[in-house]
Amino acid sequence: MRTFEVVRTGLLASTGHPATQRDVPHRGGEANPSAKALQDKFGWAIERSEVVWGETVVFVEPASVKQVIHWLHDDPSQRYDFLSDVTAVEYRDAEVPIEVVWHLRSLPYRRFLRIKSQIAKGQPLEIDSVYDIYRSADWLERECYDMFGIRFRGHPDLRRILMWESYKEGFPLRKDFPLRGRFSRSEQLRQALAQNPEARYSMEELSIADAFAELPEDMRRRLDKGERTGE
Amino acid sequence: MGLSAPGEHTTVSYVPESQEGWVATRLDFLVNWGRANSLWPMPFGTACCAIEFMATAASDFDLARFGMERMSFSPRQADVLICAGRVPFKLAPIIRRIWQQMPQPKWCISMGACASTGGMFDNYAVVQGIDTIIPVDVFVPGCPPRPEGLIYGIRMLQEKVMNERAADTRTRDEMEPDPSSQLYIPPSVIDELGEPFGNSVNQTRSAQ
Repeated sequence: MRTFEVVRTGLLASTGHPATQRDVPHRGGEANPSAKALQDKFGWAIERSEVVWGETVVFVEPASVKQVIHWLHDDPSQRYDFLSDVTAVEYRDAEVPIEVVWHLRSLPYRRFLRIKSQIAKGQPLEIDSVYDIYRSADWLERECYDMFGIRFRGHPDLRRILMWESYKEGFPLRKDFPLRGRFSRSEQLRQALAQNPEARYSMEELSIADAFAELPEDMRRRLDKGERTGE
Repeated sequence: MGLSAPGEHTTVSYVPESQEGWVATRLDFLVNWGRANSLWPMPFGTACCAIEFMATAASDFDLARFGMERMSFSPRQADVLICAGRVPFKLAPIIRRIWQQMPQPKWCISMGACASTGGMFDNYAVVQGIDTIIPVDVFVPGCPPRPEGLIYGIRMLQEKVMNERAADTRTRDEMEPDPSSQLYIPPSVIDELGEPFGNSVNQTRSAQ
């Protein structure tokens, strides 16, 4: 059995009830204490930090992101134990770099921190995966790869998640991607209909490795023999 | 006093050997009457139209009045596929497979703007009308259509069923897609159907 300790901090500590903050300024305001701690610990890797609408954004250089997030997760004074989102932003301006964004939440300290890392245009779109820190990064990074084409180094199963796996038109949320896709409608439909729908929900996908021992006997036997559905 | 002059007499030509016999037409009527009043729907609800479909099936509008109270969640026991909602390209092979699994006779209702034309989703991910994937009998417009609209579409389908003739085998032809491309209508027609319309004519396929 696990025990969870809730540490009450800030103004809310006295009442104990969460409340929506009012009159939050656009820029500035009280920064998350983790930003200062990061600046002290990883000053060489932190590019800058800012507070936007009351939420702290820390810009970290791409090579150190994993190290920084690992520390935020493990350090007893930070304890960011919940990764709520991994996404990316591409700006219309051709010179502005692509940003990869991690949304971290510390449940014990009730803190929210946004980590951003900028990949300059022309550089290979690669960054370290945080899969071995947060398992929730699995599908989030796959989605980010699917939509933006950012490769996460160290992700165990980096493939498309929203679009089908043989999708050939590129990465839909990139700014150079035309709204209707690159191919004609008939070509898009032809490629989509060439999919085998049953191959997408294969027994391999359903038999999660951890749950393998709990599968019915006959299904385990069939999986052992390497049986595949579809295709 | 409400009486009008008698209409002019017209002659009707009747060639007995070109017509079906009385027994066949009566049998058709009986079979069609039975089919039209027990259409089992296969609900393929992907978006907000499915909520309106559920409202249609619920007690206020009561699809049971039309013999449709039995939702068939297996395509093998269904008569009419009701596609309610947008269909992304990733779902295209799935709806095609469901249609092929349904036994003849079968019909299809495309419910709502998205299923019929792609609606506002004129983008890279959404099929521009499910009639490019499967043959559709009735299109119900609306975003989403009110239950009255869907019921009107169902009544139209019932009328279509009532007018079918067993001697006319074309109505029972199974769709045969082109084996190489899996399309059942020519690609040029699909491109034409997918052309921008309405307020989106200024969009072009190029990035600029």
